[in-house]
Amino acid sequence: MKKILVRKNAYYDSVFLMLATKALKQRPGIKEAVVAMGTEVNLGLLKEIGLLSGEAESARPNDLVIAIEAETGEAVEEACRIAEEVLKKKSHGGGGEEDYRPVSLEGALKILPEANLVVISVPGRYAAREARQAVNKGLHVMLFSDHVSVEEEVELKEMALERGLLMMGPDCGTAILNGKPLCFANVVRGGSIGLVAASGSGLQEVSCCIDRMGGGISQAIGTGGRDLQDRRVRGRMMLMGIEALKHDPETRVIVVISKPPAEELAAKVLSKLKDTGKPCVVHFLGLKPSGTRGSMRFSGNMEEAAAMAVALSRGEEYRPLCFSLSEAEVSRVAEAEVKRMGSEQRYVRGLFAGGTLALEAMALFEEEGFRILSNVQKGPGRALHSPHCSESHAIVDLGDDVFTLGRPHPMIDPSQRDERIAKEAVDPETALVLLDVVLGYGAHEDPCGALAESVSKAKGQVAGRGGYLCVIASITGTEKDFQNMAEQKKKLESAGCLVMPSNYQASLLAVHVMRKVVSR
Amino acid sequence: MKAKIEEANQEAVSRIQRAKPTLIDVSIAGEAIPGMKRNMILHAGPPEPWERMCGPMKGAVIGGMILEGLAKNRQEAEALAASGDILFEPCHHHSSVGPMAGVATWSMPVWVMENRTFGNRAYCTLNEGLGKVLRYGAFSEEVIARLRWMAEDLAPALKKALVRHGPIDMKSMIAQALQMGDEGHNRNRAGTSLFIREIAPDLVMLDESREKIARILAFIHGNDHFFLNLSMPSCKCTVDAAASVEGSSVVTTMARNGTEFGIRVSGLGDRWFTGPAGMVEGLYLPGFSARDAAPDIGDSVITETAGIGGFAMAAAPAIVKFVGGSARDAIRYTQQMYEITVAENDTYRIPTLDFRGTPTGIDLLKVVETGILPAINTGIAHKEPGIGMVGAGLVHPPENCFHDALEVFAEKYGK
Amino acid sequence: MNVKKISELFNKELVVINMGLDSFADNLRKEEVKVLPMDWKPPAGGDKRLISLLEKLDA
Repeated sequence: MKKILVRKNAYYDSVFLMLATKALKQRPGIKEAVVAMGTEVNLGLLKEIGLLSGEAESARPNDLVIAIEAETGEAVEEACRIAEEVLKKKSHGGGGEEDYRPVSLEGALKILPEANLVVISVPGRYAAREARQAVNKGLHVMLFSDHVSVEEEVELKEMALERGLLMMGPDCGTAILNGKPLCFANVVRGGSIGLVAASGSGLQEVSCCIDRMGGGISQAIGTGGRDLQDRRVRGRMMLMGIEALKHDPETRVIVVISKPPAEELAAKVLSKLKDTGKPCVVHFLGLKPSGTRGSMRFSGNMEEAAAMAVALSRGEEYRPLCFSLSEAEVSRVAEAEVKRMGSEQRYVRGLFAGGTLALEAMALFEEEGFRILSNVQKGPGRALHSPHCSESHAIVDLGDDVFTLGRPHPMIDPSQRDERIAKEAVDPETALVLLDVVLGYGAHEDPCGALAESVSKAKGQVAGRGGYLCVIASITGTEKDFQNMAEQKKKLESAGCLVMPSNYQASLLAVHVMRKVVSR
Repeated sequence: MKAKIEEANQEAVSRIQRAKPTLIDVSIAGEAIPGMKRNMILHAGPPEPWERMCGPMKGAVIGGMILEGLAKNRQEAEALAASGDILFEPCHHHSSVGPMAGVATWSMPVWVMENRTFGNRAYCTLNEGLGKVLRYGAFSEEVIARLRWMAEDLAPALKKALVRHGPIDMKSMIAQALQMGDEGHNRNRAGTSLFIREIAPDLVMLDESREKIARILAFIHGNDHFFLNLSMPSCKCTVDAAASVEGSSVVTTMARNGTEFGIRVSGLGDRWFTGPAGMVEGLYLPGFSARDAAPDIGDSVITETAGIGGFAMAAAPAIVKFVGGSARDAIRYTQQMYEITVAENDTYRIPTLDFRGTPTGIDLLKVVETGILPAINTGIAHKEPGIGMVGAGLVHPPENCFHDALEVFAEKYGK
Repeated sequence: MNVKKISELFNKELVVINMGLDSFADNLRKEEVKVLPMDWKPPAGGDKRLISLLEKLDA
C-alpha cells in the first residue's frame, strides 16, 4: 500500500527531514518511508524506489514530499498522521515562539540591525551566494555548509579579507567566539589560549583537553578543511586568524591545528606565527614533531598540543605527557583484555565519528608499525575495497561523505555506528573496537546510551563464540557539556568499555593491546 | 549592477515617500481624463478585449454603454461592444484607476487627485455603494438611475463643496484612517467618516435644498467603501511619480481585470506582465460560497502597490477574521511584506507595530528571491454580473508575472 | 591584512543571525547568545533558471 503526499511551499532543513524519515521507517509495518524536499535528486530517488506518482511528479524544490509504503492501509494512514504531527510541531516553532522568522538576510537585518555574525548551514549549492551577501552587508560569517566549490571559497575568503571579516569555512563545523560555542562545539573554560583550526573535531579535542588540564580558551577560530590543504585557498583564513589572535590582548598563547599543509603554506604559517611574538604550538596532524624552534613548539598529538599550550600559558616548562596509566598498569590491562580472546581474533577496527580523531588514531598505529586500511587513507594499497566492509586492520571515518549522503552525521545520529559495531562483532577476526565519542552542542543528547547497548550486544555476541571483544573509547567533552560527561563515561564502562581521557591515550592503549594480540 | 539598482530603487521609493496626493476637484471623465473619447470605455486591470472579459466586467460595460446612450439594451450593447467601434482601454493607460470592473465612461463624474509634489494627476469614479451596482456588473434601470443621480446631483454638489473647502490633503487623511482601524483597500470605514466630517460643513452651506444635501450625506454615510475611490487615486498619483526610473525594480502598477492580473515595473516602463487572476481565499456572506466567486478583479490593488491595503493589514483588526482568524496572522502578513519592500513609509504608520511605517516600494527582485508574493486584501465579486459582493479575503498575484518581469529585467540590466 | 573588525567582534556581544539548521539557533539561545533564527528556504523556490537571472543582477 502506497501513499504520496505533497505539501506545497513547505521547506524543512535536511537534518530535520532525515530524522523524520528515520522515525517513520521505524514504525511497525512500514516497508519504506521518505520525507524529503522535491529536489531533482530526491524525485529521482523516489522514482527508483517506485514512490513517485501524481502530484509528486511535478513537485518543486520548495515543496515537501511525504512518501510511504506499508503492509496495510492502517499502517500507511498512521504513518501519514505521525508525519503531519511532526511537521506541524516543527513549523510552529519550539515552545510557542511568537517572533517573526525572516526569510531573507535583508529581512533579518531589518529586524536585527546590530547583528555581527551569520551562521550559515544551508545546502551547499546556495551557501556561497548567501555568504557573499553576508560579507557585502559587513557581517562575519561562520560557513558550516560544505559542497561549496574551491572557486567560491577563494572568492569568499578574498572578499572577507578585503573587508577584514571572518569567513570561517566552508565546511567549518566548530568555533568558539567570545567564549560561546558555535555549531558543533563544547563548553570550555575561558582563558588565554587562542586556537586556529582547520579541523572541527581537532578543535574540539584540543579545547576539551585544555579545559581538562585547567587551561582556558580565549578564541577558537575555524578555517574550514580546505584552507591549508588546497593551494588555491592559500591558507587565507588561517593567516587571518593568526593575525587576529596576534592583536587580541586576551590571547597569550596561539595553537594551530591542521592536517599537514602544502609546503609553501607551512612556511607561511610558521612565519606568521613567529611574527606574532607570542608563544605558539603547532599541530600538523600526522607529522612527527620537530620539537622546539624558539618560542614555537611542535606537538606529536592533540593532547600534547593542549598540554604544551597550557604549560606555555602558565609560563611553565612543558613536561612530556604521561600516560594516565603507568607502564605496569597498561601491561596488566592489555594482558587481561587479550587473555580471553579467541585465536582467530587479530584485527583492530576503529569506528570514528570525528575525522581528525580517526586520523590521529591512524597515524599512531602506522607509527607503531601497523598497516591500517581506511576509507580516508590516501597511501598506496591503504584504501578499503568498500568503506562499508572492514578488512584487516581498519580505521573508518564514519563522518565521511560516503556515509553521510542522505543520512545524518554520526555525531548527530548514532545508528550508523551501532550497525557497524554489530557488523564487526559478526566478523570472527575482530579483536578490538576503538571508538570516539564527541559531546557538546550539535552532538546527540545521549551518545553513550545507544553506544553502550551496541557495545554490550557486540561483546555478548563474541563471548557467545568463546572469544572476547575489547572495546576502547575516548570521550571528547567537558563536564560543562549538557550530555553530563560523568554519566556518559559510566554508561560505557558499565558495558565493559575501557574509557580513556583523550583520543591519543585511547589510541595508545589500543596499540598496546594490539601489540599483545599480534605477539601471541 | 546591484548598487545601481539599489540606487534607482531608493530614487523611486523616495518619490513615493514625497508624494502629496491632494483632492483638487470633481469633474467628469470626458473633460478631465487625458485621452478620453466618447466611444472609449475604460476598465480595470491590464488590457483586455471584449471577448475575453469576465461576466461582471461585461455587465459593467453594458451598463456604461446604456448610460452613455450608445445602446438601448443588453443585446445592442453586446453587439456594439463586439463590433470594434468601441475602444476598450485600461484605466491605467489614462492616469486612472477603477475598483472591481472599474468601468468609466465619458459622462461619469470623477475625483481629480493631484500629487502636489510632482504635479501629476490621477482620476477615479465615485463609489456607487454596495450590492447591485455597476462595478459588480449590474446594469438594471436602478443602477443607471443611480449613476445619473450621482452625475446630476451628487458630483456637482461635492464639486462646489470642494471649491468652498479648498483642496483636501488625502495623505494626511489616509494616515489618520490607518490609525483608526482602516487599511485603505478592504476596510474604509474610518476614511469615509473622516471625509464626511471634512466636507459636511461645506455641503451644508451650499445653496441647495436640505433634502438634497441630506440625501447626499446619507448616501456617503451608507457606504463604508465610499473612501476607497479616494484612497485609490491617491495611491495611483503617488506611485505614478515613481514610474520609469531607469534601473529600478520597484513595482509601480498592480491591477486585475477579472481574467488576468498584471504588473508593471518602474525600470521596464509601460510594459505589462500578466498571469491568470487568482481566486480569493476568504469568508463568504450568508448564502454564498467559493462556488459563486469571480476571480480577483479591480484596480484597488493600487493601494498595496503604494504600501497600504494588505500591506497595512496589521493596522486593521477587522480584516483579521478574513485572513485566518488571529491578530497575529495579520501582523505576520505585514511582517512578511517588509521582506519584499524597499522602505518603510514615512507617513503611513501602524499602531500595533509600534507605529512602524508600512512596507513601501515592492521590489520585484525580492519577491522572486524570497518567494513571498504581495498580500492583497480584497472583496470577492459574484461571478455572475450584477449580484454584487459575496465575500472578502486574501489573494496573491500569480507568481509568473514576477518571473516574466525578472526575465526581461535581467535581460535589460544584467551583466 | 586588516583585522580591526575582528578585534572589535572579540570585544562585543555576539549578535547572531542563524541561517539554516534550527538546532544551531537553539543551542546559541541556551548559551544566552542573542540570535535571530531565519526561516530560510532556497531562493526563488530553488528554480535554477530564476536564480541564474537573479545572479546576473547580483554583480
